Amino acid sequence: MNITIAIFFVIGIIALVGALGVVASRNVVYSALFLLLSLIMVAGLYILLYADFLAIVQILIYGGAIVIVIFFALMLTRTREMPLRLDNPKKPWAIVASLAAFALLATTTALTHWKILVTTPERVSYQVLGRTLFTQWAVPFEIASILLLVALVGAIVIARPGGRE
Amino acid sequence: MTGELLLSALGVVGMLLFLTVTTFALVWIERKFLGHIQMRLGPMRTGYHGIMQPVADALKLLFKEDFIPGSSDRLIFWLAPLAVFVPAFLIWVSIPFTKELVIRNLDMGIFYIVAVSVVSIIGLVMAGWGSANKYALLGGARAAAQLISYELPLIMVILSVVMLSQSLDLKTIVEKQAVIPYVLLQPLGFLIFLFASLAEVGRTPFDIPQAESEVVGGPFVEYSGIRWSIFFLAEYVNTFAVGVLGALLFLGGWNWPLLPPIIWILVKSYFLVLVIFWMRATFPRLRIDQLMSLAWKVLLPLAFLNILIVGAHQFYRWPAWSLSLISLVVVLAVGYRLRWRRIAGTSRLGLSLATERRLANDRTP
Repeated sequence: MNITIAIFFVIGIIALVGALGVVASRNVVYSALFLLLSLIMVAGLYILLYADFLAIVQILIYGGAIVIVIFFALMLTRTREMPLRLDNPKKPWAIVASLAAFALLATTTALTHWKILVTTPERVSYQVLGRTLFTQWAVPFEIASILLLVALVGAIVIARPGGRE
Repeated sequence: MTGELLLSALGVVGMLLFLTVTTFALVWIERKFLGHIQMRLGPMRTGYHGIMQPVADALKLLFKEDFIPGSSDRLIFWLAPLAVFVPAFLIWVSIPFTKELVIRNLDMGIFYIVAVSVVSIIGLVMAGWGSANKYALLGGARAAAQLISYELPLIMVILSVVMLSQSLDLKTIVEKQAVIPYVLLQPLGFLIFLFASLAEVGRTPFDIPQAESEVVGGPFVEYSGIRWSIFFLAEYVNTFAVGVLGALLFLGGWNWPLLPPIIWILVKSYFLVLVIFWMRATFPRLRIDQLMSLAWKVLLPLAFLNILIVGAHQFYRWPAWSLSLISLVVVLAVGYRLRWRRIAGTSRLGLSLATERRLANDRTP
């Protein structure tokens, strides 16, 4: 049990450092790499919670696809000739806004009465997950699919050669 | 608990050793095989028929100067080989060689392998960006585009295998093939898997990110010596992973009579790897736009079609032979169509000449 808590703290602290790095680093590419670090550590937290399916999905979608797409956009839009420095005169405002958001979240977390689970969580197999997803949650699932389909069709329309005639 | 950990650690060390030896073997086999295909001998001087050539190559690489270009981003340049290498080795944790010989079998084994291997794309992109070289940057962008595109048909075709076996566990998938290997049930799926995974590891018909004649080595231009050899090691390890996964998913894994299981899995994996080397010797490199249209216009629709066929087969409980018949008919139809288009004066990908001309005209702004 104590090992689990130790691992939790190590992973959690690395995830937080990564998240801070995303906003604090002045180089966009470093931000993207810190994002990757943070997201993979979150996958580690999922594994600690016995949600290994979710952890693998996290690595596949966020660790893989999303960060790669961010990188791809960076590589195609900015080159070395252009400054990659991220800086903004409105930095104090950003700090105030994020501190306010943090305070709000922290007070909500502190004031909520959490139900504390005494037993260790049970691992839910992916078969059970799949079955509930396609029976109980079939409608939200289908709505999400339609949303993705629309996005796909939109991408094809934009990318189609000669589409601007 | 401690014993189990110790056993796993031992397994990981054993796997690392095995993969290093396999890489040496693959390098030698590839050079000899390509040599003989091209009517030459290949390496002959180092040891019996050049068998020590990989060792000599490795020593040469170790003693080369460790050069980092001045304008590069040092941290990213340094991290990139690791980001390619670590996922390439991580997937082997859950690849079973026989029923017992696996470090840690996961009940979502194949899903884990797909997810972890995606991360190595980031390493290639990092190498391309960190080198501060135009060719490297282009190569990195190409690698990202190619690998993301071919990820889709690959995952879809693995999904159809999962549908047939009703399991994500590689051991169960292999056990379900005890009588009939899936390559006979879905030849279409096997072909899509072969092409898509070839593109994933960037072997020759699809080595567009590295294309020497266009981007002079792509993301690896600035790498040399030990850092370059890490990329090289990862590439061969990934090629072997394609062989083993192909054997596990389609060729029935370790089940075949007479010989012990470990021999069968190695024979099947090396057979697939030889097919990959053979394709390298036979086909010229595709162009980048041909590569993209192959992924999105040919392989992906076929992969969806494959899922539909397998789904109908599972739902209506058709006999096994009907599945192989339908799959074979689709393969023959696509092959015939591609051949017919080629005879009728068209490009390799089956776009008609008129379409090609239109696309070429549209591309100019």
